[in-house]
Amino acid sequence: MNDMTLMDKTVDTQKIKIAAKDVNVYYGDTHAIKDVNVEIEDNTVTAFIGPSGCGKSTFLRCLNRMNDTISTCKVKGDILLDGEDIYDKRVDPVQLRAKVGMVFQKPNPFPKSIYDNVAYGPRIHGLAKNKAELDEIVEKSLRRGAIWDEVKDRLDAPGTGLSGGQQQRLCIARAVATEPEVLLMDEPCSALDPIATAQVEELIDELRSQYSVVIVTHSMQQAARVSQKTAFFHLGSLVEFGHTGTIFTNPEDPRTESYITGRIG
Amino acid sequence: MPTFWLVALLLALSAAGYFGGRRRAIASAAGNVKDLHSLPSYYGYHVALAAFVPAIAALAIWLLVQPMFIESRVSGMIPAEAVPENSTIGLVMSDVRRVAEGLDLAVEQGLLTAREARNVAGGEQDIRALMGEVGVALGDDVRPEVLNASQAYRNLSNTGRAAMTAVVALLSLGGFAWAYSRIHKDFRARNVVERAVLALLIMAASLAILTTIGIVLSMLFETKNFFGLHSWTDFFFGSTWAPNFRGGSELSILPLLWGTLYISFIALLVAVPVGLFAAVYLSEYASGAVRSFAKPLLEILAGIPTIVYGLFALLTVGPALASLFAKGGFLGVEWMAGATSVLTAGLVMGIMLIPFVSSLSDDIINAVPQALRDGSLGLGATKSETVRQVVMPAALPGIVGAVLLAASRAIGETMIVVMGAGAIAKFSANPLESMTTITTRIVSQLTGDTDFASPETLVAFALGLTLFVLTLGLNVLALYIVRKYREQYE
Amino acid sequence: MTDLSQSPAGAAPEPRKHGGSLLEQTPRTKRRNAAEKRFRAYGIAAIAAGLVMLLILVTTIVGKGTGAFQQTFVTLEVELLESKLDKKGERNIEDIKKVTTFGYAPIIKGAMEAAVAEYGIETSLKAKELAGILSKDVAAQLRDYVIANPDQIGQTVEFRFLASSRVDGYLKGRVTRDSIVNDKNISAEQLDLVDALAAAGVLEKTFNLDFITGADASDARPEAAGIGVSMLGSLFMMLVVLALALPIGVAASIYLEEFAPQNWLTDMIEVNISNLAAVPSIVFGILGLAVFINYMHLPTSAPLVGGLVLTLMTLPTIIISTRASLKAVPPSIRDAALGVGASKMQAVFHHVLPLAAPGILTGTIIGLAQALGETAPLLLIGMVGFIASNAPETIADGLLAPNSAMPAQIYEWAKRADPAFYERAWGGIIILLLFLVTMNTLAVILRRRFERRW
Repeated sequence: MNDMTLMDKTVDTQKIKIAAKDVNVYYGDTHAIKDVNVEIEDNTVTAFIGPSGCGKSTFLRCLNRMNDTISTCKVKGDILLDGEDIYDKRVDPVQLRAKVGMVFQKPNPFPKSIYDNVAYGPRIHGLAKNKAELDEIVEKSLRRGAIWDEVKDRLDAPGTGLSGGQQQRLCIARAVATEPEVLLMDEPCSALDPIATAQVEELIDELRSQYSVVIVTHSMQQAARVSQKTAFFHLGSLVEFGHTGTIFTNPEDPRTESYITGRIG
Repeated sequence: MPTFWLVALLLALSAAGYFGGRRRAIASAAGNVKDLHSLPSYYGYHVALAAFVPAIAALAIWLLVQPMFIESRVSGMIPAEAVPENSTIGLVMSDVRRVAEGLDLAVEQGLLTAREARNVAGGEQDIRALMGEVGVALGDDVRPEVLNASQAYRNLSNTGRAAMTAVVALLSLGGFAWAYSRIHKDFRARNVVERAVLALLIMAASLAILTTIGIVLSMLFETKNFFGLHSWTDFFFGSTWAPNFRGGSELSILPLLWGTLYISFIALLVAVPVGLFAAVYLSEYASGAVRSFAKPLLEILAGIPTIVYGLFALLTVGPALASLFAKGGFLGVEWMAGATSVLTAGLVMGIMLIPFVSSLSDDIINAVPQALRDGSLGLGATKSETVRQVVMPAALPGIVGAVLLAASRAIGETMIVVMGAGAIAKFSANPLESMTTITTRIVSQLTGDTDFASPETLVAFALGLTLFVLTLGLNVLALYIVRKYREQYE
Repeated sequence: MTDLSQSPAGAAPEPRKHGGSLLEQTPRTKRRNAAEKRFRAYGIAAIAAGLVMLLILVTTIVGKGTGAFQQTFVTLEVELLESKLDKKGERNIEDIKKVTTFGYAPIIKGAMEAAVAEYGIETSLKAKELAGILSKDVAAQLRDYVIANPDQIGQTVEFRFLASSRVDGYLKGRVTRDSIVNDKNISAEQLDLVDALAAAGVLEKTFNLDFITGADASDARPEAAGIGVSMLGSLFMMLVVLALALPIGVAASIYLEEFAPQNWLTDMIEVNISNLAAVPSIVFGILGLAVFINYMHLPTSAPLVGGLVLTLMTLPTIIISTRASLKAVPPSIRDAALGVGASKMQAVFHHVLPLAAPGILTGTIIGLAQALGETAPLLLIGMVGFIASNAPETIADGLLAPNSAMPAQIYEWAKRADPAFYERAWGGIIILLLFLVTMNTLAVILRRRFERRW
């Protein structure tokens, strides 16, 4: 119930959580991201919007170095998390990803029980000293994922047996259980029906109180509903970045306006 | 070889049918091919198929049925009292066949004229010596009943062959004439030919079922004969394997089964960890270059014939192990008597199975969706944690299936154990002792001088059937598990 | 790090769980990375183990087998005495044939003595022991030569005699002076003679074509054994397999892939095919023995029977690969053919089958390669245990006359007691593997060349 009290708390001046400076990404010969500069604040939902193939997902995956798993992908420029370059040679991507969690487009629960799905992160990172603590983390995360009431009686059932929306909330709970500082979400609602989408969106808004949330979305309405800041990507470049309200009502760049009004995309 | 000429005749007739049918069709349309219902060649095919297919089918069936028929007729001629003690009608019949064969050979080699051969009677000539001359060894002198029976056997075979030639030739000619007479420009030759071709395709596909039936029946019959001569309780529950061609054998499968399973176990002990780790490395870690280099190289191991592994076991691995563990070896122990042992065969078989396990597991690991790996890596797991805690549990059913397939391979493997395992049937837990397996015993009971009326030979069929059932069970189970696994991620 | 207890529930923001700076690895991360490295090392070790095994196997085969391609010969001047070989002097071939190999022995002894005298070799060996360094096969070889060239009788000809396997082994290092102490077949003095003859250049090791083209030889004459005849046996078996398995396999695949309705018969066939592919090969041998030999009375040891058994064994392989290549032809091709009015059968035979042909061919070659190396079923239909001495002369002979096959011949040699045969066996494996490598390379080239990406 503690998260309920947090909800009302609003923070106005935010500290910069992630700062990207002149980021360029190449897939082999393809120049996927061009000179992107962006500052992502703490306790804020930042939305990345843009037509498909504009590089928003690629850029998102740079923020926790998930692109490392693709051998042809090269990242240039600096991405600072709390002032530390995450592409520094000394940085272990494993440690980074514990701080910067990720939720994917398609719900991807592991073929394990609901409990084991959530306990997976705390176990590998050694966040619980004993079973009781682990139980506590699992319960807290499932509550935070707004799915506790639906699954509390069947924690031993396989996670793959849940409905799509439940699976995605389970995946969010799983990401939350690792206690990250930043939560990256790659089109988390694209595989969900409208009701499940509404539940997840509500959840995202709650999560803002504790994390910096970055969400990639196809849907402009979704960006308008959940985010405080919005970045518009087009053809690999960051066209415009600002308060969500400003972007949607009074965009500076004609390309943003074209996209918002549905002329491109 | 009349059968050969018969087939040649059929081929010639059907070739003639093709051209004849074609020409008649064109003639019936008065040279205007467009008036025909089908292309001219279909009329040709129609006649060719009609002349060939029924006749060749009749030939095949005749060749299969005639021996059965003659056998039952001739064995009916031998009175029960003519079968000596300690013998069976089967043994007498095999003598009958050999005498008949010998007489045919004698005619062929010019020792007898056809007439003399027909009139050969016991007493006047020493048949056994004559048989010896043409290379047919007989255990006893030929008794009159046997000689009579074998003359009847020859008569029936000759009549049968003549009748077969006549029937097959008539069928072919009849088919030709019938098909030829049907040709007319409105005749739907294409539809008829296509139906016939479809029937042929179905028959080709059904051969798989026939083969399985053939395997089961051929072993079932002889196994039944075996259990007529030897108690089944001894076979399944006895404890000793001691074939004795003078009778009184103890033929229990259990010591052989023990050897088989022990060797397979050692083979899997080598192949599963190595194959599995290789598969994990290739699918999760290796760069494209390493993968395209190491994978085909590993798979060479799977393409090497088993005889090569057998020789490797017999001449390289066995002596190498002996130089360690045998008397006067490096370790100064005397744990091994010769080069053949469970370990020798097991190690070599393990090497053979490495690529089998690795490529099957590789496929299965690759079927695990990338999203699961991303999910785990995104939570900050290392690659090995991802593999061990997410990929492996997800792939486990498939990998179990792969291991079962490998086990079935190991149980049915022959050459490596024939050359590397040894010939002593016993229960022992010492991997340095030589032991024997089901496949090894099948080979040794069925090669060299075999007598299909003795339990010592027939036991091989019971062993074969057990082996078939065992491997079939494993395969069906494994294929079922793997299929269920694949469906899960499709 | 795991200070959950310190965080009062509800207090915001909670303390950071994952250490301070990213630039320093926490002890736990270090431990986990070490585990990661170990895991990776196991994988590399497994691959390395597999590759090392392959390397050992290949080096063993090459190291032990290349010797079989070389053989020791003694080149001697032989006086073909008319008095011994053709007493009547009429050059009547029947008379010459009456002289048995025993009649040639003195001539060979004489040739050895002459050579010893010519090169001034001092030895206390008697003529019989001198000739003892030659193969037991040489008298027969010389006799064959004389029968083929009767006009040479009375002349002195140069003849290349096969040395005995012990002498051959001595030159190859397999036989040493220590190892022959208890050997009745050769003495140290004879080895002295061998050294002297080798120094004189009469005795030398040269390429041995007879191993590749020749027939097997009896237990006492490993030096004369060759793999050529059993190679022909294998060839005839492969012809049978090709002639039966390819059409039947393709027909079965076409039915299953293009025409078969979804019913119990189709399921039954599919289950049978996938199971037959995994049935132990020896079971096919039992089938062959019971059905083809005991029941149908086809001749034992005949390549025809071997071919039939291998056909049944290879069919599932061919069917599986043929179906895969038929499946790879996109449905649009079939639709296009049906769209211009072709029947389904015409669409398949005129369009789909030609497009799938390279894949079918590749699968067939791989199936043949598998059949070529198979041994176990051949043991049961009697393709081992005798000496395949004559090359077949006609096709019918090749199919029906008893013969061996390459792997069966190798097994036969491996069973014999004389280590000289082991060299033959390894050499045979080199030839067998060369065939397999050629076939597989051909399959790979075909696949690369004709592979289509739809």
